[in-house]
Amino acid sequence: MTAQNVIALTQAESALIDTYNNHVGSLPGDENVLLARDNAIYALKTHGLPSRRIEAWHYTDLRALLREVPADDLSAAAEKVAPLLDGSSVFTISRDGSVEGRVEGATVRAYDAALLDGSAAADLSPLGDDDAIGRINGGLVNSGFEISFEDGVAPANAIEIQMFAVGGQLHSRLNVNFGRDSKVRIVERHIGTKGSAALSSLVSDIKLGDGAEVEWIILQQEEDISSYLGQLKFALGENAKFSLFILNAGGKLVREEIHGVTKAPGADFQMRVINLLGGDSHTDVTMVLGHDVPETTSTEVIRNIVFDKAKGVFQGQIRVAPDAQKTDARMACNSLLLSDAADFSAKPELEIFADDVQCAHGATVADIDRKQLYYLMSRGIPESKARGLLVQAFVAELVEEMEGQDLIEALENVIADWLEARDA
Amino acid sequence: MLEIRNLHARIAEDGTEIIRGLNLTVKAGEVAAIMGPNGSGKSTLSYVLSGREDYEVTEGDILYNGESILELDPAERAAKGLFLAFQYPVEIPGVATMQFLKVAMNEQRKARGEAELSTPDFMRKVKEAASALKVEPEMLRRPLNVGFSGGEKKRVEILQMALLEPKLCVLDETDSGLDIDALRVVSDGVNALRSPDRAMIVITHYQRLLDHIQPDSVHVLYKGQVIKSGDAELAKELEANGYEDVIKSAA
Ligand SMILES: Nc1ncnc2c1ncn2[C@@H]1O[C@H](COP(=O)(O)OP(=O)(O)OP(=O)(O)O)[C@@H](O)[C@H]1O
Ligand SMILES: [Mg+2]
Repeated sequence: MTAQNVIALTQAESALIDTYNNHVGSLPGDENVLLARDNAIYALKTHGLPSRRIEAWHYTDLRALLREVPADDLSAAAEKVAPLLDGSSVFTISRDGSVEGRVEGATVRAYDAALLDGSAAADLSPLGDDDAIGRINGGLVNSGFEISFEDGVAPANAIEIQMFAVGGQLHSRLNVNFGRDSKVRIVERHIGTKGSAALSSLVSDIKLGDGAEVEWIILQQEEDISSYLGQLKFALGENAKFSLFILNAGGKLVREEIHGVTKAPGADFQMRVINLLGGDSHTDVTMVLGHDVPETTSTEVIRNIVFDKAKGVFQGQIRVAPDAQKTDARMACNSLLLSDAADFSAKPELEIFADDVQCAHGATVADIDRKQLYYLMSRGIPESKARGLLVQAFVAELVEEMEGQDLIEALENVIADWLEARDA
Repeated sequence: MLEIRNLHARIAEDGTEIIRGLNLTVKAGEVAAIMGPNGSGKSTLSYVLSGREDYEVTEGDILYNGESILELDPAERAAKGLFLAFQYPVEIPGVATMQFLKVAMNEQRKARGEAELSTPDFMRKVKEAASALKVEPEMLRRPLNVGFSGGEKKRVEILQMALLEPKLCVLDETDSGLDIDALRVVSDGVNALRSPDRAMIVITHYQRLLDHIQPDSVHVLYKGQVIKSGDAELAKELEANGYEDVIKSAA
């Protein structure tokens, strides 16, 4: 292939292309998959990573922000940690294509199999010209799972998928189908290896059958020297309920994209995001939600705590199709900025083509309430501790409304640990 | 125990002087009542005592056990034994009352170099104090003061006081918003804390609280000054005749 370079590649862009060139022989896939990989990398080579001139990346100039890409060590073995919730079925994403563990009422196979038999080829094309995550992941994908839950299953315990950033780079896929009326809780965890920089990407394709109820919890705790690029696509059937909870508590450069559509009446999407940001990290949550049919609902609440020189971004685009009457969509983004250099950009966008709809969005920026701080201090709680309590309180609401005391406590601990590690 | 000397304090933001040359001495074991018309500076005095940073002391001093506390922040003053039961307790969504009590008790102990309470000890203390003040345990699981009724908030203030065992208690209109039974429960709670090494400043508009909590001294605050001091009889006179005579004779 003769690449026609129209741009001078950055160090990171070159490193990504080198990763591909060095490993293409050992990446799994049949000839169609190889072709799809080639196309993705070719596009990366000719267009480079998106800069702020590309609208979808205006607040996250990936070209400037992704400075280094660690070398990829294919032989690195997956690690494991105890699950967030006791009793969970744990699946660890690994490069050797192995599947350990099982769930009653579900079939699980390694994504390798889909790459090898070519059925994955169609998945690997990016969403569009600005889909940098699709390109990087499509070219380099080397791991993941396909999981299919049968109709009506309701596992008693959560299914936890661990993505351990070992060996520099990990590029994975998750295709998950939830059968009709199934009821499942998924925990997706991104875990770093202390002191080692990583670049990981995950593209998930999630389909909820009619009446399925799925709670999907993403816990992102990469190292503060690592980059994580996520893209979660979902489609909801009739009366399906999808509740997505995202806690970002790590990473130096994070982009988490959510692309969803409601496909049939009665579908409901709930999203809660907590961003705990510090240091000089950059974290971007970008959602594109299509209410494509009448009578579907969604609520998104985003709470951000920003310290130091950290920068956060939330882009929330809600599109209501012309005949999607009786849509009810609500979005709120509240930020607590705890230093002068801390920054959060919220860009809500409503594109409404139907007339009988309820849509609302709001964004607020606040500081610690001085009256509350004084009250706590007047009880002998030193200022730093009192601030910590109020910061925690700001996001506690989103955790408290979740179901199950064990889950609430586990998430509260993650938040408290993150805040404590800052103080130490 | 407490000596306020020629205290002048103003609102930090706009410089308006509220406390204008106030003198007051309260001894250990004493219960001092402070009365005075609306807007005379009673709550402001309590805030200045507790170290709220919205107010600036421009002149005079506050001595607590012989030492000036002007340089201490509210948490340091609390750790030294100062407690203010607020006229308007602050609502703090997201912080469970129980969690708050535990942190406050343990932080004060830490500041004094004492060991932290074990969870069972803490639970036992809270249970005892709560049942004495007729505070439902269910309430302690809710966020601090959020959605509490006026009377519930006041009871929880006294609950905090009982648990923190301060040396100098300032009660700002703890009686307002309490029904007759609650007034008795709260007064009993306050009386239970009376001791020879503890002083109390009780801010109130009504004699009925002082029927329950007998004061040793009564002080009338007007335009940021103590214009008259006396014994329990003074409160009864004020109840009967209002402030007019006292204000006139001070002028
Ligand atoms: N932070 C502030 N900003 C503006 N005005 C203030 C502030 N604090 C106090 N004041 C004013 O100072 C005066 C004294 O207020 P304070 O609350 O101390 O009165 P009080 O004696 O407690 O009255 P009450 O009996 O009604 O509770 C009032 O006129 C009040 O409006
Ligand atoms: Mg007052």
